[in-house]
Amino acid sequence: MSLLEIKNLHVKVDNHEILKGIDLTVNAGEVHSIMGPNGSGKSTLAQVLARREAYDVTEGQIIYNGKDLLEMKAEDAACEGVFLAFQYPVEIPGIGNAYFMRSALNAIRKYHGLDEMDAMDFLPLFKEKLKLLEMDEKLLNRSVNEGFSGGEKKRNEILQMALLEPKLAVLDETDSGLDIDALRIVAKGVNTLRGPERAMIVVTHYQRLLNYIVPDFVHVLVNGRIVRSGGPELALELEETGYAVPA
Amino acid sequence: MSTNLDTIRDLAQQEYKWGFITDIEEERIPKGLSEDVIRLISTKKQEPEFMLEWRLKAYRHWAALEKAEAEPKWANVHYPAIDYQNIVYYSAPKQKVKLESLDQLDPEILRTYEKLGIPLQEQKMLAGVAVDAVFDSVSVATTFKGKLAELGIIFCSFSEAVRNHPELVKKYLGSVVPYTDNFFAALNAAVFSDGSFVYVPKGVRCPMELSTYFRINAAETGQFERTLIVADEGASVSYLEGCTAPIRDENQLHAAVVELVALDNAQIKYSTVQNWYPGDKQGKGGIYNFVTKRGKCAGVNYKISWTQVETGSAITWKYPSCILQGDNSVGEFYSVALTNNYQQADTGTKMIHIGKNTRSTIVSKGISAGHGQNTYRGQVKILKGAQGARNYTQCDSLLIGDKCGAHTFPYIEVRNSSARMEHEASTSKIGEDQMFYLRQRGLKAEDAVSMIVNGFCKRVFRELPMEFAVEAQKLLSVSLEGSVG
Repeated sequence: MSLLEIKNLHVKVDNHEILKGIDLTVNAGEVHSIMGPNGSGKSTLAQVLARREAYDVTEGQIIYNGKDLLEMKAEDAACEGVFLAFQYPVEIPGIGNAYFMRSALNAIRKYHGLDEMDAMDFLPLFKEKLKLLEMDEKLLNRSVNEGFSGGEKKRNEILQMALLEPKLAVLDETDSGLDIDALRIVAKGVNTLRGPERAMIVVTHYQRLLNYIVPDFVHVLVNGRIVRSGGPELALELEETGYAVPA
Repeated sequence: MSTNLDTIRDLAQQEYKWGFITDIEEERIPKGLSEDVIRLISTKKQEPEFMLEWRLKAYRHWAALEKAEAEPKWANVHYPAIDYQNIVYYSAPKQKVKLESLDQLDPEILRTYEKLGIPLQEQKMLAGVAVDAVFDSVSVATTFKGKLAELGIIFCSFSEAVRNHPELVKKYLGSVVPYTDNFFAALNAAVFSDGSFVYVPKGVRCPMELSTYFRINAAETGQFERTLIVADEGASVSYLEGCTAPIRDENQLHAAVVELVALDNAQIKYSTVQNWYPGDKQGKGGIYNFVTKRGKCAGVNYKISWTQVETGSAITWKYPSCILQGDNSVGEFYSVALTNNYQQADTGTKMIHIGKNTRSTIVSKGISAGHGQNTYRGQVKILKGAQGARNYTQCDSLLIGDKCGAHTFPYIEVRNSSARMEHEASTSKIGEDQMFYLRQRGLKAEDAVSMIVNGFCKRVFRELPMEFAVEAQKLLSVSLEGSVG
């Protein structure tokens, strides 16, 4: 059974149809890349998978891990293992980063009937992941994303992913705004998390990221439809020819 | 989209949990206010002559103000005119005998405080907090009195202080907030029935938190308590007040006065968790909380710190202030004010810098939800002689939903060019994006709201004594429940 099966997905935002019939199957252990020009619907797909409610699904279905994803609220999808690395992570003033992540981890543990993790047990885990992302320990107690640079915010997203260990990770333009060093670090973090139990959907504009996170499949999304699918070589070809739909 | 909003709405609409009524025999005087009523109150309280004289002077002043329709109207709050003759000015639980110990207290009252989570039995007390409990117009019990007395600390009801320590009362009563100060202060001075009195002698650091719990129970009754705290040279004390009231359809008036006197090198920390009944979801009922609070010192190097968490009351009108008279003195004001449903708050502070190198800090966090209207009103005044004075003001508003309002009226007056002033202000909204971010990480919508709000208030909560900070956070989550309308 596939981990994720999207069938004929149509989505409207403000009465405007953005996704016009998406079909996509993702198995555990696979990394899929969704590429496409601005406004093609890539971020909409990412947000729908994370169950943002402003998006109106008019047709189609999404089966995730044998369950109807569209029946789930955002927090339930998160607890079931869906993780979105945000394109624009928001700031939560006054809430320490470590406290926030422990709260998130405990919300998910509680959902699965596990004991909550106390600060003493959490700290070593948190520090280990900080190291993986080459992040400063001062980020432990700083407010969530407040005063973070663009690169730090993106790293902080991958840090959360590393802590929460999702089954399905959706990375929404994680590479945008990253310099080459930060990109390498983020990619290392992501690659460490690749495994037979976990699938990833990497949304990006640029082929550059895929040099570091090599996908199993590449899909080209144009105007709300997947127009081509292929292996990693497709990304290279796109770099040459652009997103123009072949005649 | 609607799940976020619905959850916040549900949260905001949680019921007021402290709204029960205690069925107890009460002794009350007829409605209305006159010189005879003042005399009656004074007689009931077996007060010395000087108190009666003071009350009468205050009453005459107030009556003149009332006649001149001088009730303050400048605050950004709206309510129908108050009929001052339709209020009961004295109500007390009927006690058959004079109390010798807590065992003789009416068990109904004890149960009330237990329901509120304020055990009065000393053996059950959290170590480190001494409590005075005021039920309607009178103080019913003060705990740990003996232990404090060993250090020379006086902590008792105001009535007792008037009887047992008249020289202290005479010296300090009205020295910070004279009865001529304002309309409600005059009314309070005329009719105040009880409150707490604290005196910490020279060089003594009070070893425990002192706390007063105010409870309005009787219907159609005003509560007019008066608190006076004196910290003598080098003394320090931390004091906390909490307030609740039953759910009633009529509005009830609460006009209190708090005076803090800090002498040389003394420190007073005054914290309030105000949770008077706020009225129902349609704005019916609730307490009018019209309060004057001020701290003052003629000495040097003293520090007065106000921390308030205001979540209750239909209307709050309150400006805990500091007169920074002595050189090097420090004034602080940390405030969280939350208005939900139809609550209105007009609150802030006054920092009057008179002495050299005086410093003040103001941190105000206003949260508006439902149809709530929240106003920050602050005055920072640097007088001519206040060489090297400094003020830092931070004033933030958080809006939840689109039917509430936040307003800011900062008044700054500087008459000394060496002064340094900083003012920061912000207004933000709990956004759908913040909510979605937290929910995407697995947090339930109500936990997400409470996390965002607690983060917003952190700078203020940090100033509260530990156990009260926890209580304040919980209270905020409960009161908040009702954020987006």
